[in-house]
Amino acid sequence: MGAIMSFVGVLALVLIAILGAKANLHLVFGVLFPYAAVLTLLIGLTVRVVRWAKSPVPFRIPTTCGQQKSLPWIKHSRIENPTTIWGVLVRMFFEVFLFRSLFRNTKIEMHKGPHLAQGSSKWLWMAGLAFHWSFLIILIRHLRFFTEEVPFAVSVTEYLDSFLQIGVPLLYMTDLVILGAITFLYFRRVIIPQVSYISLPADYFPLVLIFSIAGSGVLMRYFTKTHIVGVKAYTMSLVSLRPMMSMPEGVGTIFWVHLFLVCVLFVYFPWSKLVHMAGVFMSPTRNMANNSRIVRHVNPWQTKYKGRTYVDYENDFREKMISVGVPVEKQESESAEPAAEKE
Amino acid sequence: MYDKGKVIVGLVVFLGFATFPFYNNIGKKSAVPEPNLKTPVIEQMVVKKCIEPKEIMRGEHMQILNQWRDTVVREGERKKMTIGGVEIDTSLQKGCLHCHSNKKKFCDACHNYLSVKPYCWDCHFDPKERDV
Ligand code: HEC
Ligand code: HEC
Ligand code: HEC
Ligand code: HEM
Repeated sequence: MGAIMSFVGVLALVLIAILGAKANLHLVFGVLFPYAAVLTLLIGLTVRVVRWAKSPVPFRIPTTCGQQKSLPWIKHSRIENPTTIWGVLVRMFFEVFLFRSLFRNTKIEMHKGPHLAQGSSKWLWMAGLAFHWSFLIILIRHLRFFTEEVPFAVSVTEYLDSFLQIGVPLLYMTDLVILGAITFLYFRRVIIPQVSYISLPADYFPLVLIFSIAGSGVLMRYFTKTHIVGVKAYTMSLVSLRPMMSMPEGVGTIFWVHLFLVCVLFVYFPWSKLVHMAGVFMSPTRNMANNSRIVRHVNPWQTKYKGRTYVDYENDFREKMISVGVPVEKQESESAEPAAEKE
Repeated sequence: MYDKGKVIVGLVVFLGFATFPFYNNIGKKSAVPEPNLKTPVIEQMVVKKCIEPKEIMRGEHMQILNQWRDTVVREGERKKMTIGGVEIDTSLQKGCLHCHSNKKKFCDACHNYLSVKPYCWDCHFDPKERDV
């Protein structure tokens, strides 16, 4: 259901963009939407991170993936179960750049017997890594539209990405990889029954949306063509905060579609599962050192317990105690003075 | 907020990267390149036209070059054609650059603007600039 609905949804978005292009609603699609989308993305991400940071994490959550530091003759796993901030940084590096946790992915199958088999499964990890890295490289390459003097790092990325020198304009490897990887990730959800069962529209939609963005980009670069000098004049006008009042001629409907889908992605990003981009940095099982046995952790919202002695108690209730005949240590007249001094 | 220091540093770094295109360009007026057509050959043309209309040339010129290359290098066919009274070869130097003999002010103007670096000039001559 979700698999089809998300197609219909993205198709509707594409139609909206085409209608916008046909009606030449540049001020809406070319100025208002992009600015609103970028603002929503940045503010949204900040809000989400601040909200996460507000929830207390009273204890270290050491989900151990390696041997904890203990006796000197037991080999300690410094990265999988770090006790120091440096160990945590290395663990985070592997998590963010290489998806270490996903690498542990396993599959469980029932064989004849009945006999349960568990094995490692790296396909999800591979496709996920391929997809995310391609996405990042494409974003970096896109900086050529947003900088007057294209930075060296961007040119190097372009050079390496087109290293195979296939065709003109040169084929970027990441373009193939991203489309291939998203296709795999999509069909993984459709075909594997267990995964399909737990997949919601919110799982399919981002895949279809990003596929359509990359697809429209690929169409624009290799097939239908656009007037790129015009595109850059337009994008530069956006980032210099002096937006053009009409889309340059020759840019074509396909660019409107690409742009509008990107705007939708940006708006959708902070409020959907895609926000794991920020979330991965905030995940307590990854970003905390397992030093529960080394450092004392005090529950941060614990109210301070001041303690209450029998003297305090008698001070509060002396009158009542006397009135019902309970023996008291000190008589009424003395009660005003602090007990400690009397001792 | 817990771990305020670290979270804020992280957010600032992220926002710094994400808004880089904005604070790097704010208020600037960037020069859009205008490919210069003032060359001896083009000046003499009565009807100033390219192989295809301008709008198509902008997007497809690399594909035209690619086709020419294939016909010359792979099929061994060197063709001649006449465009607006100018006779040219299906060739980089003797074709495109016969008319567009001001590579720096024409081809490079666009390419530098968009950080396109055709590797053709690794082998092919970078011709002598001729413009008017
Ligand atoms: C209107 C601006 C413009 C002019 C003028 C122009 N080019 Fe280009 N050229 C481009 C753009 C833009 C690309 C890259 C297309 C892309 O990235 O999708 C390109 C790509 C190319 C490529 C493919 C290179 C690659 O790495 O993909 C070649 C070859 C090329 N141009 C040759 C020429 C030659 C030769 C001339 C001069 C006779 C010329 N161009 C003039 C804009 C221009
Ligand atoms: C016969 C001379 C001639 C030849 C050969 C020629 N051009 Fe042109 N080219 C022109 C003229 C004249 C124009 C301007 C057309 C116009 O303004 O409508 C032009 C325009 C262009 C443009 C569009 C510039 C813009 O303002 O956006 C590009 C790109 C281009 N040529 C590239 C090439 C390439 C690449 C080749 C070789 C494959 C080539 N030309 C061969 C004469 C020529
Ligand atoms: C490895 C060196 C090399 C590179 C790089 C190279 N060429 Fe060539 N090219 C040649 C050689 C060699 C010929 C054959 C020359 C001949 O027989 O006249 C040729 C011929 C051509 C021809 C037809 C003949 C002529 O005189 O122009 C075209 C067109 C051409 N190349 C276009 C390109 C384009 C466009 C690029 C960049 C995308 C490019 N070449 C990159 C070596 C190269
Ligand atoms: C989430 C963000 C985006 C993604 C994933 C994305 C993806 C892509 C892809 C895969 C391509 C194919 C060519 C290439 O890889 O360079 C492409 C091309 C293109 N994109 Fe994007 N894009 C994004 C944002 C944008 C934005 C914000 C703009 C401008 C407003 C833009 C403008 C273009 C243009 C003009 C091309 C054609 C490039 C060419 O012909 O060389 N893209 N995009």
